[in-house]
Amino acid sequence: MKQDSNLPLEYSTETNEMNILGFWIFLGAEIMLFATLFTTYFVYVDRGVGSGPAGSEIFEITPVLIETILLLTSSFTIGLAVHAMRINRVKAMIGFMIVTLLLGAAFISVEVYEFIHYYHVGATLQTSGFTAILLTTLGTHGAHVTLGLFWGIMIIIQICRNGLNARTANKSFIFSLYWHFLDVMWIFIFSFIYLKGMM
Amino acid sequence: MDFLDRFSIPPHDDPMLYASIVAIGLVSIAIVAGVTYFKKWGYLWNEWLTTVDHKRIGIMYIISALLMLFRGGADAVMMRLQTAVPENSFLNAQHYNEVFTTHGVVMIIFMAMAFIIGMMNFVVPLQIGARDVAFPRLNALSFWLYFAGAMLFNISFVVGGSPDAGWTNYYPLAGTEFSEHVGVNYYNWALQISGTGTLMTGINFIVTIMKMRAPGMKLMKMPMFTWSALITNLIIVFAFPVLTIALLLGTFDRQFFTNFFTTTDGGMDMMWANLFWIWGHPEVYILILPAFGIYSQIIATFSERNLYGYKSMVASMVIISLLSFLVWVHHFFTMGQGAVTNSIFSITTMAIAVPTGIKIFNWLLTMWKGKIRFTTPMMYSVAFIPLFTIGGVTGVMLAMASADYQYHNTMFLVAHFHNVIIPGVVFAMIAGLIYYWPKMFGFMLNERIGKYAFWNIVIGFCLAFFPMYITGLNGQARRMYTYSEATGFGPLSMLSFIGALLLAVGFVLIVYNVYYSFRYAPRNVGDDPWNARSLEWATHNPVPEYNFAITPTVQSEEAFWDYKKNGYKLFNGEIKDIHMPNNSGWSIIFAGIFFVFAFFFVFHVWAGVIIAFLGIIGCMIYRSFEKDDGHHIHKEEIEETEKKFGGAE
Amino acid sequence: MKLKWAYLAFLTGIAGFLAGCEPLLVLDPKGPQADTTANVIWISIITMAVIVIVVLVMLTVILLKYRASKQDPDYEPPHIEGNKYVEGIIVGIPIIIVAFLSVVSTISTHQVENPPAGYEEDEPLVIYASSSNWKWHFSYPEQDIETVNYVFIPTNQNIEFRLYSHGTITSFWIPQLAGQKYAMADMTNYLNVVADEPGEYFGRNSNFNGEGFAENEFAVTAMPPSEFDSWVEDIHNTAEPITEEKFEELLEPGHLGQMAFTGTHQAFQPAPEGENSPHNHGPSDSEDDGGHHH
Repeated sequence: MKQDSNLPLEYSTETNEMNILGFWIFLGAEIMLFATLFTTYFVYVDRGVGSGPAGSEIFEITPVLIETILLLTSSFTIGLAVHAMRINRVKAMIGFMIVTLLLGAAFISVEVYEFIHYYHVGATLQTSGFTAILLTTLGTHGAHVTLGLFWGIMIIIQICRNGLNARTANKSFIFSLYWHFLDVMWIFIFSFIYLKGMM
Repeated sequence: MDFLDRFSIPPHDDPMLYASIVAIGLVSIAIVAGVTYFKKWGYLWNEWLTTVDHKRIGIMYIISALLMLFRGGADAVMMRLQTAVPENSFLNAQHYNEVFTTHGVVMIIFMAMAFIIGMMNFVVPLQIGARDVAFPRLNALSFWLYFAGAMLFNISFVVGGSPDAGWTNYYPLAGTEFSEHVGVNYYNWALQISGTGTLMTGINFIVTIMKMRAPGMKLMKMPMFTWSALITNLIIVFAFPVLTIALLLGTFDRQFFTNFFTTTDGGMDMMWANLFWIWGHPEVYILILPAFGIYSQIIATFSERNLYGYKSMVASMVIISLLSFLVWVHHFFTMGQGAVTNSIFSITTMAIAVPTGIKIFNWLLTMWKGKIRFTTPMMYSVAFIPLFTIGGVTGVMLAMASADYQYHNTMFLVAHFHNVIIPGVVFAMIAGLIYYWPKMFGFMLNERIGKYAFWNIVIGFCLAFFPMYITGLNGQARRMYTYSEATGFGPLSMLSFIGALLLAVGFVLIVYNVYYSFRYAPRNVGDDPWNARSLEWATHNPVPEYNFAITPTVQSEEAFWDYKKNGYKLFNGEIKDIHMPNNSGWSIIFAGIFFVFAFFFVFHVWAGVIIAFLGIIGCMIYRSFEKDDGHHIHKEEIEETEKKFGGAE
Repeated sequence: MKLKWAYLAFLTGIAGFLAGCEPLLVLDPKGPQADTTANVIWISIITMAVIVIVVLVMLTVILLKYRASKQDPDYEPPHIEGNKYVEGIIVGIPIIIVAFLSVVSTISTHQVENPPAGYEEDEPLVIYASSSNWKWHFSYPEQDIETVNYVFIPTNQNIEFRLYSHGTITSFWIPQLAGQKYAMADMTNYLNVVADEPGEYFGRNSNFNGEGFAENEFAVTAMPPSEFDSWVEDIHNTAEPITEEKFEELLEPGHLGQMAFTGTHQAFQPAPEGENSPHNHGPSDSEDDGGHHH
C-alpha cells in the first residue's frame, strides 16, 4: 500500500483519506438524523404533553450536570489520545482512550439512573407524545454512546495487537471524530432540551 | 398454536392469494432445482453473491429492479382491471387497498430506487475512470440490505398480510387502532432496512465522485450523468435520515404503544405527514435527477452534438436539489395551515419549474443543428421531452394551492405523478439499460423488437394516464376500489385499463428482447457501437473486471469524443499490476441477519430479535478485526485480456 | 409513422367525445368558492397549454429538420457551448410565467380560505361536519339538529363548515361548491361554502381511510332559506333526540344510510377546538390551535 510520509498517519493512504471523507459525510447524515429528532421534540414539547408531565416537572439538574461534565471531559481526553497518536506515544494514547471510554461508561450509567427516575415519576415512553420524543432523543444519543464504547474497545484491542499503523491510526482518528460529534449533540440536548425545559 | 397463528395469512376469501402462494413456492423450487441441476451454486456464490465489483452489483440491482417492476406492474394491472368497469368485484376493498399500497412502495422504493442506484453503480465509476467505488464492500452491503428489504416486503403478501394504508402510510390509519395486522410493521422494517442501504450508497458515491476521478477530470469536466449522481447522493444523505426517524417513531407507535402519531396523549397525526414528505419530496428528485443525467448522455450521443448549456445544466440541478427540501407542504395544502403558508409553499413549488424548464430547453437545443439518429434509447428520450413537459406543467397546476383543493386526492394527481415518473424515470431507465446493454454484456439488444416495445409503452402510457386527468376533474378520488355507474367514470377507466395492458405488453416485449438478443445477437459489437462521447466508452464491451487497463487522463467533459475526433490522448503510461478488492460473503450474510432481525421484529418474536441482534454485533466485530488488503491483477493477465479485445491503446 | 397518425386521430376522437359530454364537476361550479378555483384552473390550463405547444413545436421542427436521414452524410454537427442570451430567455420567460401564476395562486388561495366576497359581514351558518369510519356527521348547533350522510343548506348564505374527525384523517369535498379540506381528530378546520343555486350536490371524503373508503360519500342539498327553515322544523317534529349511547353506536365502523336527529353530539362530544383541543393547555397556546383565519 502506498504511503505518503508527509501526511499524518491516519491520512497516509488513499483508502484512509476516503475513509475520513466518508465518515464526515456520514456525520452529515447523523446531523440530519438528530435534527429531525430535535425538530420533532420542539413540536411536541409544548403541544404533545397531553395529560402527562411537562419537562419542567421531571427534569433534574444534578444528573444532567454530571452527564455533561463526564461527556465534555471525555471529548477532551479523546483529543489528547489523538494528540498522543500524532506524536507516536502509543501507551499514552491507549491510556487516554481507556479514560475516554470509562468516562463514556460513567455517562451511560448516570443516564440509566436518569431514565429510572423518569420511570418513577411516571414519564415513560407510553405516557405522552412529549415523553416519548424526549426518551427517544436521549435514547438515540445514549445508544450512539454505547455503540461507541464497544467500537472503542475493538480499536484498543487492535492497537494492542498490531501497534499503531496506517489502519489503526485511521480507525482511531475516525473514532475521535465520532466521539466529538456525540459531544456536540449532547451540548444541543443540554441547551435545548434540559436548560430550555427547566427555565 | 397461538405462536404460529400470527404468521398465518389474514382472512381472505380470495383464490388469487392462494394461487400466488403456490406460484411463489413453485418459482422458488424451480430456481433452486435449476441452479442445483446445472451445478451453478459455486458460480452463483463466487461470481455474484459475494462480488464487490460495482458492475456486477449494478447488474444485480437492475435485475432486482426489473423483478420488482413486474411485481408492481402486476399490482397495477390488477387495479386497472378492478376499476375498468363500475361495481366490479374482481378484488374486494381490503385486497385492493393492499394492492395499491404495495404497488406504490414497490415501484418507488424497490423498483425506481434500485434502478437508478443500479445504473449509478454500473456507470459512474466507468465515467470517471475509476477501478471501483470508494468502498466496494459497503457497496455490496448496500445492495444486500436493499434486497433484504425488498424480500421482506414481498413476503408480507403471504406471511401475515401486506400493508394497507397507502404508500404514504398516513397515521392514524396506519396505527394499530385502524390497521391491526402486521402489514404496516412490514412497511416500517422493509423501508428501514433498504433505506439504510440507500444511505450507505449515498455516502459511498459522494466519496467515489469526490476522490476517485481520473486525472484531469475537474468537477466541471464530469459527464452529466456523474453530476446528476453526485447531486442525487447528496440529497440521499440529507433526506434519508428523516425517513429513518419517521419510520422509527412509527415502529414505536405500532410496537411499543407510544403516542407519536396517535390522536390521544399529545400525539399528532400531522407530524407523520410532515416527516414523511420532508423525506418524500426530495425522494422525488432523487429519482428524477439521475434520469435527467441519462437523458443528457443519450441525447448528446444521438444528436452527435455536445450537450448544450453544460453549466446551466449543472446549476439547475443544484437549484433543484436545494428547492426540493423547501416544498414538502404542497403534499397537504388541504391540512388547514392557512393561506399564507400555502402561498409560500405554492411559490417555492412553482419555482422548481424554472430550473426544470432550463433543462428541457437545453435538451432541445442539444438536438438543434445536430444529426439525430432514432435509435431506441433516443426514441425514449424524444418521447420523454413532450410527455415530461405535460407532467411538469400539470405539476405547476397542482402547485397553485387554491386549485389544489380541487385536485388533491383525485385521479388528476395520480395522472400527474405517473406522468412525471413514467416518462421521466422509467423511460430513462429503459433507455439507459438499452444504451449501456453492450457495455454490460457485450452484445446489443434487437432494435426492431425494442421499437415495438417502445410504441406499446408510449401509447399504453398515454391511454392509461391521460384519461385520469379528466376523471379527476370530474370528481374521482384516488384509491377507490369501485365506483357507481352514475359517476360516468366507466368508459375512461376502461380506456385506462386498455392502456395498462399495452404497457404490460411493452414490458413483456422488453423481456422477450433480452431473450431473443441473447440467443441471436452478434457478439462482436466493438467498443463503440453508438458512436458515443463520454469516458465510459473508452474501455471494452463488456467491461473487463479492472475497467481500464491504464487509468485515463481526461481533458474535457467529452473525453472519448475528443479522443476520437480531436486526437486528445487518453491513455498515457503503460500497463501495471492493478490492485482490486477481494470478494466477500460478509455482506450477504450480514444483510441476511438483518432480514431475520426485521422479520422477527415485525412479529414481536423478541427471542429471535435478540439472537439476530447478537448476530449483527458479531458481524460488525468480525469486520472490525478482518484484514483484507485485496489482491492484484497481474500485468500479464491484463495484457492477455486486452489482446483478446484487440489491444489497448 | 402510421401508428403516430392513428394515435393522433385517436386523441382527437377522445377530445371530441369529451366535448359532447356533460361538463366536468370541478369545472361546473355552483358557488363562488368553486368558481374561483375553476377560474384558476382555466387560467393555468391555458398558460400551460402555451408552454406545451411551444415545446411540441420546437421539438417537431428540430426532429424534422435535423434528423440524420435528411442530412448530408458528411455533415458534422458544430460544437456549441451555450449562449448567454438564449439561456437568459429560457430562464427569463419561465420566471415571468411562474411569477404571474404565483400572484394568481396567492390571491385565489386567500379568497377561498375566507368567506366569499359579499358575505364577509354576514354571520355564517355554522355546521360541524365530522367523519367516522365511514360516515359523515353534520351537527347544526343553532338549529339544534344533527344529520348523518346528508346535509341541507340554504342558498346564498355563507356556511362555515367546521371539520374534524373521530379517527382517521379524511378530506371533506363538495367539488361543485368548494375545494376540499382535511378533517382530523386533534384539530378543527374551517371551510366557507356558499351555494348560488338550489340543487343536489355530490360530496365525499377524498382521503383514503380504509376499507369503506369508496362509499364514504354524502349528499348536499341547497335550497332557498324558507325551505331550509321548514326542513329544520320538520326534523324537530319527526326525529328522535341524539343520545350519547346512540352516538357511540353510530361511530362503530360501517356504513349507515341517511339519518336525522334532534340535538347535536357537540353537547357531550365537542369538537377539538378552543379549550377542547388536545394540544391546548394554558392560555399562551391560543395561536397554536386557533387556525381560525377570518
